[in-house]
Amino acid sequence: MAGLATAFGSGAMTNTIDDIEKTEVIFVIGSNTTENHPVIGYRIKQAVKKGAKLIVADPRYIELCDYADVHLQIKPGTNVALLNAMAHVIIKEGLADEEFIRERTENYAALRVTARDYTPEYAAEITGVPAEDIVRAARLYGAAEAAMIFYTMGITQHTTGTDNVLAVANLALLTGNVGKPGSGVNPLRGQNNVQGACDMGALPDVFTGYQPVTDESVRAKFAKAWGVELSGKVGLTVTDMFTAAGAKKIRAMYIVGENPYLSDPDSAHVRQCMDTLDFLVVQDIFMTETAQYADVVLPAVTWAEKEGTFVNTERRVQKVNQALRPRGNAKADWQIFVELANKLDFDWNYTCAEDIFKEITALTPSYAGITYDRLGANGIQWPCPGADHPGTPILHVGKFSKGFGHFSAVEHQDSAELPDADYPFILTTGRILHHYHTGTMTRRSKPLRFVQDEEFMQINPLDAKALGVTECDIVKVSSRRGSVKTRLKITDSVPPGVVFMTFHFKETAANLLTNPQTCPTAKIPELKACAVNIEKI
Amino acid sequence: MSKVNITINGQALQVDAGMTILEAAQAAGIDIPTFCHDPELTRAGACRICVVEVAGARNLPASCTTPVAEGMVIETESERVQKARRSILELIWADHPHDCLTCEKTGSCKLQDYSYRYNVKESPYKGEARDIPLDDTNPFFFRDLNKCILCGKCIRKCHEINGAGAIDFMYRGFGTKVTTAFDDPIEESSCVFCGMCVDICPVGALIPKQGLQQGRSWEVDKVLTTCPYCGCGCTFYLHVRNDKIVGVTPNFDGPMKGHLCAKGRFGWDFVDSPDRLQTPLIKKDGEFVEASWEEALDLIAAKLKEVRAQYGADAIAGLSSARITNEENYLFQKLLRSLGTNNVDHCARL
Amino acid sequence: MEAQTYRVRVGLATCGIAAGASKTYDKLLPLLAEHGIVPERTGCMGMCFSEPLVEVISPAGETFLYGNVTEDKAEIIVEQHIVGGKPVEDLLVLSNVKETENSHFMAKQERILLSHMGVIDPESIESYLAYDGYKALAKAMQMSSEDVIKEVQKSGLRGRGGAGFPTGMKWNFAYQAKGDKKYVVCNADEGDPGAFMDRSVLEGNPHAVIEGMTIAAYAIGADEGYIYVRAEYPLAIKRLRKAIKEANEHGYLGNKILGTDFCFQLKIKEGAGAFVCGEETALLASIEGERGIPRPRPPFPATSGLWGKPTLLNNVETYANVPAIFRLGAEQYSKVGTERSKGTKVFALTGKIKKTGLAEVPMGITMREIIYDVGGGVQDDKEFKAVQIGGPSGGCLPAELLDLPVDYDSLTAAGAMMGSGGLVVMDETTCMVDVAKFFLTFTQSESCGKCTPCREGTKRMLEILERITEGNGQPGDIETLEELGEAIRDSALCGLGQTAPNPVLSTLRYFRHEYEEHINEGKCRAGVCTNLITYYIIPEKCTGCTLCARNCPVNAISGERKQPHVIDPSVCIKCGVCMEKCNFDAIILK
Repeated sequence: MAGLATAFGSGAMTNTIDDIEKTEVIFVIGSNTTENHPVIGYRIKQAVKKGAKLIVADPRYIELCDYADVHLQIKPGTNVALLNAMAHVIIKEGLADEEFIRERTENYAALRVTARDYTPEYAAEITGVPAEDIVRAARLYGAAEAAMIFYTMGITQHTTGTDNVLAVANLALLTGNVGKPGSGVNPLRGQNNVQGACDMGALPDVFTGYQPVTDESVRAKFAKAWGVELSGKVGLTVTDMFTAAGAKKIRAMYIVGENPYLSDPDSAHVRQCMDTLDFLVVQDIFMTETAQYADVVLPAVTWAEKEGTFVNTERRVQKVNQALRPRGNAKADWQIFVELANKLDFDWNYTCAEDIFKEITALTPSYAGITYDRLGANGIQWPCPGADHPGTPILHVGKFSKGFGHFSAVEHQDSAELPDADYPFILTTGRILHHYHTGTMTRRSKPLRFVQDEEFMQINPLDAKALGVTECDIVKVSSRRGSVKTRLKITDSVPPGVVFMTFHFKETAANLLTNPQTCPTAKIPELKACAVNIEKI
Repeated sequence: MSKVNITINGQALQVDAGMTILEAAQAAGIDIPTFCHDPELTRAGACRICVVEVAGARNLPASCTTPVAEGMVIETESERVQKARRSILELIWADHPHDCLTCEKTGSCKLQDYSYRYNVKESPYKGEARDIPLDDTNPFFFRDLNKCILCGKCIRKCHEINGAGAIDFMYRGFGTKVTTAFDDPIEESSCVFCGMCVDICPVGALIPKQGLQQGRSWEVDKVLTTCPYCGCGCTFYLHVRNDKIVGVTPNFDGPMKGHLCAKGRFGWDFVDSPDRLQTPLIKKDGEFVEASWEEALDLIAAKLKEVRAQYGADAIAGLSSARITNEENYLFQKLLRSLGTNNVDHCARL
Repeated sequence: MEAQTYRVRVGLATCGIAAGASKTYDKLLPLLAEHGIVPERTGCMGMCFSEPLVEVISPAGETFLYGNVTEDKAEIIVEQHIVGGKPVEDLLVLSNVKETENSHFMAKQERILLSHMGVIDPESIESYLAYDGYKALAKAMQMSSEDVIKEVQKSGLRGRGGAGFPTGMKWNFAYQAKGDKKYVVCNADEGDPGAFMDRSVLEGNPHAVIEGMTIAAYAIGADEGYIYVRAEYPLAIKRLRKAIKEANEHGYLGNKILGTDFCFQLKIKEGAGAFVCGEETALLASIEGERGIPRPRPPFPATSGLWGKPTLLNNVETYANVPAIFRLGAEQYSKVGTERSKGTKVFALTGKIKKTGLAEVPMGITMREIIYDVGGGVQDDKEFKAVQIGGPSGGCLPAELLDLPVDYDSLTAAGAMMGSGGLVVMDETTCMVDVAKFFLTFTQSESCGKCTPCREGTKRMLEILERITEGNGQPGDIETLEELGEAIRDSALCGLGQTAPNPVLSTLRYFRHEYEEHINEGKCRAGVCTNLITYYIIPEKCTGCTLCARNCPVNAISGERKQPHVIDPSVCIKCGVCMEKCNFDAIILK
């Protein structure tokens, strides 16, 4: 998100899901769309059947590869080299949109200099992708009238995550694929309301609508509205919070609806840090692995028991309507916050979700024109600055949020942890279609459990043969941080030397293995590549 | 878009050239029955219930596949049309179980609706009926192929929208049926249980297993809401009866066109999992003890005040959630920031 | 040596081979070699009733066609005719210098399409070229696309596959259709029971089809084509493959045809034998690798066919007519036939007809001429009852309509259709309800299952017919059949579905009394429906010879020697052996 904000001025998806039907070329990088965003995956598959071209960059052979014109099977953590090489080809072959670059972007010279060295042959060495495939992909993307890029955690969960995103943005700027239908750079948000949580300022550096905490006038506005004094010091990110807790700089922590014990890298360390806290509150619908460490556990309700709004990946604000009464003594999260705030001597008087929403829209320019009434059955895409504004399906039309689109010169850097003699495999992690995140919900669904209820680590047949293991065998997987035992699935959807695990199953918690090393800018940990060893049991 | 002049049931209309008769009729508010038609799928023209009479045409064309033409004069409910529709219904009835009394589809079944509309009470054809064993070995839905009217929408949805391609027609003539490869149970096929076939089945051939006998379609409240899983933001209707979710149907008019995956369509039963936390818990001597809200919130407020007083506001951190609503995220960051710290984040990075 | 100038041809189509023509050929090979003659292979000569056929052509051009030439008879022909110079009268079926009892078989025929059948060697392009092969293509390619299409339009040629759509108009649609790519497809999925015209043409003169398709491709601007031929025609496929290969090698097909920039790649797609794949949209789906089921029209294949591209689709006989049009000129070609049905039509004569075979007759000829003059009349001189024309989509015409002119419009008006050319003759021993049942059984099991009226409707019609033929017919059954038949005709998806009730509707139209007899009187006048017949021994005629009793497989016949015998109807299985065996015509059906 930080990368995209640097390049365009906003970190959100630039275009809409419907645009998939209007585009000529779809470039999917680091997104196993059909498993993680199945409904968007359907659209991509349909578009390909109707004639759109598809480029997939992924270390694994994912379902979309069946539909792809080009599959760039890169080694994990080599995205920048691939993307720079594509830029190289586009520039060299005159496919760049010179007019767009001239009129709407800045810093192009820097990219030209960097890209010069990234010949397809050079990138082939780093990425393991044949040079001609890189050329083919670059030509497809570069020559299209309109082309869309989709990415997710496959490129962001790296120590080079921000660079990866900048390199993606470079391609779109280079070809004028921003601010028009069927184009854009489109990060798919992994959870129902990640976009909303960000929009609402559940971030250490911004209030709602990305208004910086460091901006005095913004702070003054919120301070006045809330009747409190506000800190201008940027707060800690999730990964830094745990480290700070371990160092006793954070003493009390309040975790809502999250399960960092399973979802965060190097779980053992996370657990240690939580243990160090003086006081931990966990608010959730289930007794999660994280909640076990809490001093107080508060029972919240599910989405079906409350009212409010979610924002989907295409910035569409949509209604959540209450269908059920709260279970037991559980309460809606907002009610709990209101009651607690009043215990903390703040005078909060919200009686329903809509009261809160009105306050949000009053303080957030990009939400200013949205009301519950206007949301109807189809929602509204922000920015929606006024009561009669229809919402904004496409960002950066005519002008970037930050003025000019910014090219960034980024260089390839190796992943923080490369395989070596002791840990010869690269572990990459992700989700599967029938489960979700740490499994707190999906593993309590009978039908979903039926499909799969345990981990099957994917391993290439060549590696399996070398290790002397067969399908469904249990192996011990170890990294420098921990080890787990898991069953195997032998499949050539992973290349030799790479194994894949989900983080859905607490019994085989993949994040005991992963590397907490983060991207210095976005603070996103390198969940997509760490070195592991595999032993037959 | 060029226009053509047509007449439907005596009503002169100007419609877009390239429209089908069905689309033109629908635009004019004229209801033509359909089984196999779905606006987003390839036009099949298979069920023939939508036939209409076009002046000058030798036979009755299917309105779902026949484009309008200049000067076309169409009757959608002429005697000949009604007779043909009745014949089709009678033919379907001849090989369809007559268990409407207990069929889950009752009330939302197109065969029922059209039989009522055209007053088809029974079939004059008494002959062979299919006897295909129920496919019920998966926990998502029943496949009762004896009720299948072979409209083929499930197949087209599976191939054209999902891409799984788990089912297709097999055999010929009266023996035609919708099967998986090698006619294996559905869970052994490439089916991913998105349930989109279930949602468009016009009859009771595909019935979700959740919510059986828990409410007729007219007895349930349908609450439009947004899926709690990934970021696609699919909207759907939760079917609620007696304060319980008994099913889900898609929002075909929503931005995601009513497409769903297995999680949104079937994965809502965690809501009433026995594991749900129902009351606040306070850890005492390493064990959780049930507490009242008053107790729990008092304790939290006291501890937060204490930490802030002793170590400063920045010794407090809050982890919000990408799962909870905007309103809740807003309040949470407001709470933390009101306490004096910007130490608030959520799992966007994970 | 005089014998050296004799030519000998052997008919080696599937019909001949099935009768042993390969063995005859193998026998002739060494025998004739002694006289320096190499026997020639050729396709179907049309006279299937007397296969294997061997033709001897004298140096003077006299032709002698010998029938039923088994291996031993081949020897006789060589000895007597080739060596001895004396035609073998006993075996002679046709000659251009001598009247035979079969002369009438050819007399009423007008052989344009089949003129080279039974003459040329289908496995040799040189043989085809020797008879003006590919001259039509050369001529057409001197013309513009528009002129080629105009010529076809002028010829009045109508589709020979069934419905009789004007071919030139179809070509023009495909020509006018916009597309970066176009296809020409030949429907060789001959599936009507009793039809073998297309097979015979493909086996006997494959180059004529290829030439016709190439002209079509030139006319509409296609560069790729398919011949969709059923896999049950291995010989046709083999000969087509060879013909395509040779045509490619000789520059009549493939790249740079006749030295121009015109390219046309022709491929064979083998069908798996589904009847419905003869329906054009199902055929295209099958070529695409999909399940062969019809797609709604419009769009018609001419605008959106194979893989969504404009596609011209005609059948074997239609394409095979095209070279003749250009060879003769449209004007000359259209002199044959009637006002609205030009040219000739090839029929496969089968059923209870004396001369089973392949006949090409001018349009407008009467049914009577075909059956009695060409076909020699009804087998065993039994009474003619009906002729089934047009296959499962066609109908049965009664004796009253024997003088009906055979053209598209007359046949359709009579409730039948031209169809692809199967012609099945039925006599008094044929039960018309049973015939309708036969066709409905076929239609139901071959229904693709896609549309409700055809899938379910033909099933219920069949059940009613089964009931009637089993003696369980009910009042109202006839009306139900009519209503259902009309509903199917009105509302089925494809041409095959819409015409599926025709065999029932046409028999109801002309033979309603037979249905009524079955239902009301429990009687099957043809003695076919076993539940409705009883075998009875006329005591006055029975001599008590015991032959029937001894041959009865279930011991249903009893009686003292030299005393009249009696059949026990409760035991009798109605196999009919007794009646066959009785030497005194004492056993009758009641």
